[in-house]
Amino acid sequence: MSAAAAGTSKAAHGDVAPKKRRGPGALATAYLVIYNVVMTAGWLVIAVGLVRAYLARGSYHGLYYSIEKPLKFFQTGAMLEVREVMSRVFLTWAVTHSVREVQSEDSVLLFVTAWTVTEIIRYSFYTFSLLNHLPFLIKWARYTFFFVLYPMGVTGELLTIYAALPYVQKTGLYSVTLPNKYNFSFDYHSFLILVMISYIPLFPQLYFHMIRQRKKVLGHIEDYSKVE
Amino acid sequence: MKHYEVEILDAKTKDKLCFLDKVEPNATIGEIKSMFHKSHPQWYPARQSIRLDPKGKSLKDEDVLQHLPVGTTATFYFRDLGAQISWVTVFLTEYTGPLVIYLMFYFRVPFIYAPKYDFTTSKHWVVHLACMCHSFHYMKRLLETLFVHRFSHGTMPLRNIFKNCTYYWGFAAWMAYYINHPLYTPPIYGEQQIRLALIIFLFCQIGNFSIHIALRNLRPPGSKTRKIPYPTKNPFTWIFLLVSCPNYTYELGSWLGFTVMTQCLPVAFFTMVGFIQMTVWAKGKHRSYLKEFRDYPPLRSPILPFVL
Repeated sequence: MSAAAAGTSKAAHGDVAPKKRRGPGALATAYLVIYNVVMTAGWLVIAVGLVRAYLARGSYHGLYYSIEKPLKFFQTGAMLEVREVMSRVFLTWAVTHSVREVQSEDSVLLFVTAWTVTEIIRYSFYTFSLLNHLPFLIKWARYTFFFVLYPMGVTGELLTIYAALPYVQKTGLYSVTLPNKYNFSFDYHSFLILVMISYIPLFPQLYFHMIRQRKKVLGHIEDYSKVE
Repeated sequence: MKHYEVEILDAKTKDKLCFLDKVEPNATIGEIKSMFHKSHPQWYPARQSIRLDPKGKSLKDEDVLQHLPVGTTATFYFRDLGAQISWVTVFLTEYTGPLVIYLMFYFRVPFIYAPKYDFTTSKHWVVHLACMCHSFHYMKRLLETLFVHRFSHGTMPLRNIFKNCTYYWGFAAWMAYYINHPLYTPPIYGEQQIRLALIIFLFCQIGNFSIHIALRNLRPPGSKTRKIPYPTKNPFTWIFLLVSCPNYTYELGSWLGFTVMTQCLPVAFFTMVGFIQMTVWAKGKHRSYLKEFRDYPPLRSPILPFVL
């Protein structure tokens, strides 16, 4: 098999928000606005659900159950933004949903809170951007809150996966052993450990990408006053 | 004879990197690259991309100065392609890996399987057959690299060797692990399945080799000419009637044969991934053929007759 000619193309770092250069057509804009409004609303629902459940119970325990359904729905709905969200869908379904025992862990609350706040800001950012009416506060929040929210989310995610490990090993969840007629095996426990290790190169990449974006987007605030 | 002056600027910074005076009008880009290399020894010709426009396509080594749209003072732009490595080196490395790695699993070298199996052999004869087929396949590739293929580019970026070796060596280890495993399950339909698979495998290996020979004969030694390949007297090349890149078609066939022979899911995965990549390459090649040759046979598909 002969290898391809020189040069690989790098996939673009994707945000769903359209770049200022060309701009989407009217139909695409309408779709994107509706999509982003719905996603903002969805994550607001999750946030409100969390707050209400906390007020009702008086403790952080079991808050996962109060928002389980909308979380699954809105996180899975976000499949359209493949990259960063792949890990979230994985966390939601392949870890938290699949391993009942971790659902009561505090680490779950940690990443759900981080995702919730991030997404509310992110989707309002996209919505306002599409309508060409982006309040500076939203832009600032988007490129500043991540400093805390990213590490918070990652910590919650890693702790949750770590908590799931003993149960996965004990039950052999999603695992296939030899011998079998397809001559294939898969150890989900080892796979989860590999996933945890993959955070080491991947998380700094995302984090520094956001820092670079921040410099680009907010770097000019010394030059111009707040623009509506 | 009027001589040209050549100045080479950095494509990004527009800095003047090199000025050559008294350049012959019939000098080629390749020769200019050699001259540039003299003043900048760290940029050997293979890593130079010379273009007329900073964002334009690279000029070819064969392009002649006086045939280019330049005045008597020609301005070229230079981009560093990064460290380069020869295609031959990459091929030899990426193919030797699977050969050696598979054999390590076949001979059950320690630390792979449980210690009681160290240096034992499988009791299934299909496992021995699979080892012979796999080894034959990669030895064939190594020999073709050394004696058959004529490459249009001499080099590729250095980072490709890491990418390619990870792919070939990784998959080889993954497949070999299961086929040579003490708990390996032989094909359900036994001898019939294995015999059929072997026939497909051998047929496609001969086919693939025939295509490589046919492609080699299209191109005289040392040249980079491109011609439309046509069926020859060898029946294995008659597939050129229906397909632009039958080497890939036969390659897919070989691995399908190997998959059926070993009844091993990782082999099926490897076959599928390879098929996807080869389809991408075949479509690209097919498009190039169509663009370059007005009289390109319309019946041909890139990789699968009538289908893909």
